[in-house]
Amino acid sequence: MDWSAILSNTAQGLLSPATMAFALAALGLAMHFGFAGLLNFGIAGFMAIGAYGYAISILTFGFEWWQGILVSLVASVLFSLLLGIPTLRLRGDYLAIVTIAAAEILRLLFLTNAFVDVTGSADGLSGYHNSFRAANPFPEGDYGFGPWTYNNIEVWVLILGLITLAICAFLLLLLMKSPWGRVIKGIREDEDAVRALGKNVFAYKMQALIIGGVFGSLGGIVYALPSAVNPGVYVTSLTFFVWTALLLGGAATVFGPVLGAVIFWVLQAFLSNVLPQLVSSGILPFISSIQASTIRFILVGVGLMLLVIYRPQGILGDKKELTFVK
Amino acid sequence: MILSTTQRGSRSWIQLLMLAVVTAITFGGLFATSAHADEVGTDLPFKIVGNVKNEGIALEGVRIVVSGGGYTAETVTDADGKWYIGVPEKAGYTVSLDQETLPAGIAVIEEGGAEQSVEIGPSGSVTKNFFIGEGERIVVSLFDQVIARIVYGLNFGLMLGLAAVGLSLVFGTTGLSNFAHAEMVTFGAITAFFLGGLLALPIWVAIPAAVVISGLMGWGLDSGLWRPLRKRGLGLVQLMIVSIGLSLAVRYLFQFFVGGGTSQLPGFDSPKIKLFGATSLSVIDIASMVLSLVVIIGFAWWLMTTQTGKATRAISDNPDLAAASGIDVDRVIRIVWIVAAGLAGLSGVLWAYFRPGIKWDMGAQILLLIFAAVTLGGLGTAFGALLGALVVGLLVEVSSLVIPSDLKYVGALVVLIVILLVRPQGILGRKERIG
Amino acid sequence: MSSSSAKLPGKPAAKTIGLHVGTIRPGVPKVDPIITMDNVSRKFGGLVAVDVEHLEIPRGAITALIGPNGAGKTTLFNLLTGFDKPDTGTWNFAGKSLAGIPAFKVAQMGQVRTFQLTKALSLLTVLQNMKLGAKDQRGEKLMFSIFPFLWKAKEQEIEEKALELLKRFKLDTKKDDFAASLSGGQRKLLEMARALMTDPVLVMLDEPMAGVNPALTQSLLEHVLNLKKEGMTVLFVEHDMHMVRHIADWVVVMAEGRVVAEGPADEVMKNPAVIDAYLGSHQDTDLGTVTGRITLPPKGKK
Ligand SMILES: Nc1ncnc2c1ncn2[C@@H]1O[C@H](COP(=O)(O)OP(=O)(O)OP(=O)(O)O)[C@@H](O)[C@H]1O
Ligand SMILES: [Mg+2]
Repeated sequence: MDWSAILSNTAQGLLSPATMAFALAALGLAMHFGFAGLLNFGIAGFMAIGAYGYAISILTFGFEWWQGILVSLVASVLFSLLLGIPTLRLRGDYLAIVTIAAAEILRLLFLTNAFVDVTGSADGLSGYHNSFRAANPFPEGDYGFGPWTYNNIEVWVLILGLITLAICAFLLLLLMKSPWGRVIKGIREDEDAVRALGKNVFAYKMQALIIGGVFGSLGGIVYALPSAVNPGVYVTSLTFFVWTALLLGGAATVFGPVLGAVIFWVLQAFLSNVLPQLVSSGILPFISSIQASTIRFILVGVGLMLLVIYRPQGILGDKKELTFVK
Repeated sequence: MILSTTQRGSRSWIQLLMLAVVTAITFGGLFATSAHADEVGTDLPFKIVGNVKNEGIALEGVRIVVSGGGYTAETVTDADGKWYIGVPEKAGYTVSLDQETLPAGIAVIEEGGAEQSVEIGPSGSVTKNFFIGEGERIVVSLFDQVIARIVYGLNFGLMLGLAAVGLSLVFGTTGLSNFAHAEMVTFGAITAFFLGGLLALPIWVAIPAAVVISGLMGWGLDSGLWRPLRKRGLGLVQLMIVSIGLSLAVRYLFQFFVGGGTSQLPGFDSPKIKLFGATSLSVIDIASMVLSLVVIIGFAWWLMTTQTGKATRAISDNPDLAAASGIDVDRVIRIVWIVAAGLAGLSGVLWAYFRPGIKWDMGAQILLLIFAAVTLGGLGTAFGALLGALVVGLLVEVSSLVIPSDLKYVGALVVLIVILLVRPQGILGRKERIG
Repeated sequence: MSSSSAKLPGKPAAKTIGLHVGTIRPGVPKVDPIITMDNVSRKFGGLVAVDVEHLEIPRGAITALIGPNGAGKTTLFNLLTGFDKPDTGTWNFAGKSLAGIPAFKVAQMGQVRTFQLTKALSLLTVLQNMKLGAKDQRGEKLMFSIFPFLWKAKEQEIEEKALELLKRFKLDTKKDDFAASLSGGQRKLLEMARALMTDPVLVMLDEPMAGVNPALTQSLLEHVLNLKKEGMTVLFVEHDMHMVRHIADWVVVMAEGRVVAEGPADEVMKNPAVIDAYLGSHQDTDLGTVTGRITLPPKGKK
């Protein structure tokens, strides 16, 4: 067993583009579900819009990287409107079904051969990095220390990701401390009561959907920034993993989703390193290393169940402020 | 795939429409041009290759489509008549040559026509060369194609229906939107594979046994998990997320045991019998439809006439009232779980023949279609779910005539969303009261 | 509740009279109606829940809406407040037609309601519940919300008003508790106080007294009477005949969706049709406390 490699790989999970992408998406879900009570099971779709919007605008239209980000954000707002206008008047569980279906439709559209020249079909998209890397203010070289040593491109991605994450978390904090946030929480509790007090519930829900959706698509962009866009990523399981991270940290909190994403990825990094080693060193007998790497996903599922049953408010949540009122 | 000319017209029209939709979604985004590479999926582990020639002369620009196990890819031949399509799994695939793209006067002349099944060999690849020669291509009329699709759609819909009525019953009696229903579908198929494939039991023993074991599984899940959670007073959203966790855990547990590939149940390759027009079904297909019908009629009889069936409907109607009027709600719910799991298991076996093959996430592949069926019918009404399943099945199969086959589920999902918008209570459901 | 009636002052509160024009009959015109409706009907499947030919609610008075369970009172409330749409008919609030106006706009026009099944916002504190009722808080707009200096002053104002109302409703000691921890009766009070935060013109209360303890009933009656003094119009549904008799200036009786009688409290109670349809022969034994208090818990689905 090579513990130093295991620990160093685990430590990298603490600060990686995937961690920040999850944190952003989970913040979006916190807005949707934790605060506004909207059951969004299509966060993977929002992330896909972020990633594809960014890559397609650069590859197909020759946009600069920051223009690509803007296009993604606009696209995610449009997607929220498209999704929200018809469904926000419906019952909560219908929103769940519509969002999960819409995310799946998006994925199939990105995957189909019909648009292969734009979406890359099953191969996904890559090679859209020039403009982003040209804007890198960090000169070539290594930065950081120990397991957190990065080259200049990685640092550029991480810094941008961290700034985005900080801005989004701060914004969410401000929003939820304001009277606007009060109305949003009221809607989560009982939208008819809030309606009876003269608040335009539909408009508030739409605003929440858009804000959370923008966070989600920013997550998708951060995911796509360093490497490539792969349609196999934006599956329903991704949505469920983000939900796990959210519930782990605490759905109705601002820092919970971030903490949850970090713990999720640190654990994933740890397990994906330690399990195959346990097999190869003969500690886990009778199973292959492929099987060993499946175990961590089984554990995610089991963890999600235990969490929801025994600690639904998450790590940072207030026991009294359970978000599962209905 | 043999297409008549009128139909190709409508096909490109629909593609144009789809294109417009996507364009809107990604903000003026996607323009598809019709150039294709001659090699696709080169990074995938397995490959299917071929060379299209007529009497030694390479044919360029012939469209080849490979599909199977939920994966579809297509390419066109290069100047040497060569093509290469990478595939993700070591499994069976269908290779089709689009005869519309052949020069006039020649056609595929081998037995079985332009659509051939291949199996990836031990080397990780397989070569498929079509026999091409002078001849008239067999043009199937649009009418015959529609008929064929309707028959396949009914078959698919009945299979979906078995799973959907169970999901709907559970929702009706407990309020749970059970995402792990997909895994109950997979469980049935894997159990049948274990009994029929590995233990080599005869198929007529293996399948009923798989259904019974699935039912027992449902019983176990209810008494081991769902009933204790209900007693704990978990909310419905909480229960739904528990079912998501369960779904993930069990799905990867399946992957742990059966791996990531596809395996076949005995008899999956039974020969096709030409029925009428372009419709040909295998013995298994016919048996599957008959079996679904018989089981569904039996289920309807159970729901409408037996004491337990009536109690089930009473609970779906109003759980508190039912409990107050002396119905043993726990017992009924237990039976509902057993029935639902058994039906899901059977549906899994049939799905394994339809796809074909068992795979760790085969249930998850159709989960949304099952949800679509249940929602279409009105959440919690069993017969609505059945009707919804038939609609979804037909829609998926018939729509694949006009939209690319790798988008055929999209049609069903779009209809799901549209129905929720115009008639949120489903086809047979009811509205609720406020205040 | 019968014990509470014993505590009521022997003489009912001073009544507003002269509300109607012409002979008293179902649908009689009012001198100054705040709500008028014509041919309003609502069917659920085959069941006619509401079928009102003509009804006017007098302004500046307290009107009680009574009737047996399932008479259509709550449904009528839903129709009037935009929570449900009638199949036919026209209805006006303060001269403006309400057809097609969404519920939140109706509330903004000053017509605010409470619910029979109380809707306290459980995971908000009592004070937050109250503040949510306030009008004209700029901070509720997304654009302004992230700049606290734009709404802090107004927030202070709202808080003072909320605390004052909470004191009146004896909930001030609970202000920082989650509404979920309140008792059923306290939630009714909170809901009513929250409705008053919106400075309504017309207050519509669906069974405000159900579950409120006798000691509080007394002060609640005072509140309702005060609303009238402050110039508001009150329309309430109640099964407790003593309360109805005590504070209502006008009573509308519904049965099977129709208005079967209306008039000043004392006269209506004497109407044989009403006694038949609703009160039964023992009108002194408070039937209201028996009926309408057992509400089945909402269906276990959401
Ligand atoms: N959403 C609905 N769907 C079907 N029927 C309904 C609905 N809402 C109300 N009803 C029916 O309409 C009738 C009137 O109901 P409503 O709630 O208005 O009665 P109510 O006068 O408020 O009775 P209570 O005094 O018990 O509160 C009842 O028979 C009820 O069952
Ligand atoms: Mg009522």
